[in-house]
Amino acid sequence: MTEHKTESNTGHNTALLAVAGISKRFRGLAAVSHVSFEVRPGEIFAVIGPNGAGKTTLFNMIAGAFAPDEGSITFAGERIEGLRSDQIARRGIGRTFQLVRPFPALTVEDNVIIGALMQTKTVHDAEKIARDILARLDLLDKRAQIASSLTLPDRKRLEVARALATGPRLLLLDEVMAGLRPTETDRIVATLRDLNRDGVTILLIEHVMRAVTALASRILVLHHGAAIAEGDPEHVLRDPAVVESYLGAESL
Amino acid sequence: MTDIWQRLPTRGKILCLVLLAAAIAAPLVADRYLLSVLILVFYFAYLGQAWNLLMGFAGQLSLGHALYLGLGAYTATALWTLFGIGPWIGVFVAIPVAAAAGMVVGWLGWRFAIEGVYFALLTIAFAEFTRIGFDHLQITGASAGMFLSVNSPGSDKWWNLGGGPLLYYYLAFILAAAATLLVARLRRSPLGYRWLAVREDPEAARAAGIDIFRAKMIAMLISAGMTAVGGVFYGFYYRNLFPSQVFDIGRSIEIIMAPIIGGLGTVFGPVVGAVLLTPLGESLTALMQHFGVNTPGAKSIFYGLTLMVIITLQPSGVWPWLARKLGLDNRPRP
Repeated sequence: MTEHKTESNTGHNTALLAVAGISKRFRGLAAVSHVSFEVRPGEIFAVIGPNGAGKTTLFNMIAGAFAPDEGSITFAGERIEGLRSDQIARRGIGRTFQLVRPFPALTVEDNVIIGALMQTKTVHDAEKIARDILARLDLLDKRAQIASSLTLPDRKRLEVARALATGPRLLLLDEVMAGLRPTETDRIVATLRDLNRDGVTILLIEHVMRAVTALASRILVLHHGAAIAEGDPEHVLRDPAVVESYLGAESL
Repeated sequence: MTDIWQRLPTRGKILCLVLLAAAIAAPLVADRYLLSVLILVFYFAYLGQAWNLLMGFAGQLSLGHALYLGLGAYTATALWTLFGIGPWIGVFVAIPVAAAAGMVVGWLGWRFAIEGVYFALLTIAFAEFTRIGFDHLQITGASAGMFLSVNSPGSDKWWNLGGGPLLYYYLAFILAAAATLLVARLRRSPLGYRWLAVREDPEAARAAGIDIFRAKMIAMLISAGMTAVGGVFYGFYYRNLFPSQVFDIGRSIEIIMAPIIGGLGTVFGPVVGAVLLTPLGESLTALMQHFGVNTPGAKSIFYGLTLMVIITLQPSGVWPWLARKLGLDNRPRP
């Protein structure tokens, strides 16, 4: 019955990603409940909300870390909920992790080559792709360094580079600005805007409002696992429910 | 192949050629005893490469490689003694037999998310109950073992591996060299990169589109198959097989010493480890014989101590350190 309902909800073929009524419970605690939204091709879509609102859980379901208890996720017209994360990655969804996880003992370049091997069969081609992406993310000088020796901002950039190297149509970014200084944030914002202009659709979870307002064309606000607002930034960030639950009344 | 060669710095190329020439020429000057030590060096370098592929590259700890060694040895030896099928054909039966066993172990472990130490325990368990099984398998002589006729003069035949030390020396040398080359190639292949990703962080590897179960299974397949070839060598070189020896956990430990000491996950680590460790171990045996000491387990204690010293001084193994000292690593230092 729910199947039928979600099918009709996601009937728009304009969406690159359509999330329809997904829920996830952990031992009775509803981490995400009945969340629906759509990401259109070419846009930057942000999911915000206080800690524990269910943002990362939502992300993990899209990326295939675990399956939703109910609801559907459609990517490029194909249902992907419940697929393994490597299958989802091969369908064109690249992701970063909130706590960065580059391959620690490998060089920066090898990290990105591994990502690039998803779109090409030869190491030679993967090296070329990796060089291009490293140049874009200002990591080319550091390509021979061991990933674990990088600073946090660089590790975050490496995380983006590796995800990007897989050639995704949709890039999931889980708090890539967290812990960065404002200048570093601006640098990565500029990079992301650049990538988006080249056609990469981006779905990001972010706490840094400076980055969200600079990037997002639309915002979804989660609170206690439920969507409380969705729309363009100006509209959403003035919504009284959002202000009260997340931004704090004093920010008015 | 040329790619690997070109990546070596010039002094690395020179060193490689010198060592290869020395290895080829060694029988001219080495006496029988020295030759037997060198055979063991190459044998352990070869098996170390096979094990290192699974542990050093794909990050999966097997403490039961004696299983594949024993299956390889028993398959080829039994084919020869029972059916007269020579080892050059037998080896192509031994490889799939051991690889199939590897598939079973890998499938049971990784399908059911048995990782790390628990996976290692599973590999030990398989080697152990296979040993018990062979202890009762009448057709291969059960616990009384299986024997090949001792080489009689004039039976110097390469086709049934019935030759003298020279034959085994070059065979072991070719095995070690070929395995090292294969590993070097795999390291720079898409598969090699996938293994490293799985070793470093399985979750992140998945996010990069890697089917980690498949990657691990392929590593196991190659590693077990290669170990089986070592087993065929073992069977025909020693010319006797006892389940309690070939499937013993001591065999499994023996296999993993060289790569750990030489450097896990490096192409030359297993070779360096075998070159360092084997002569030391053999010297110890010779010394003990000379002084009439007969302490069972002395070699194990020696291995344990060596391991402790190396882990304390050079946790990532001798080769990475040696490569830096010799200026052989072409990776610029940060």
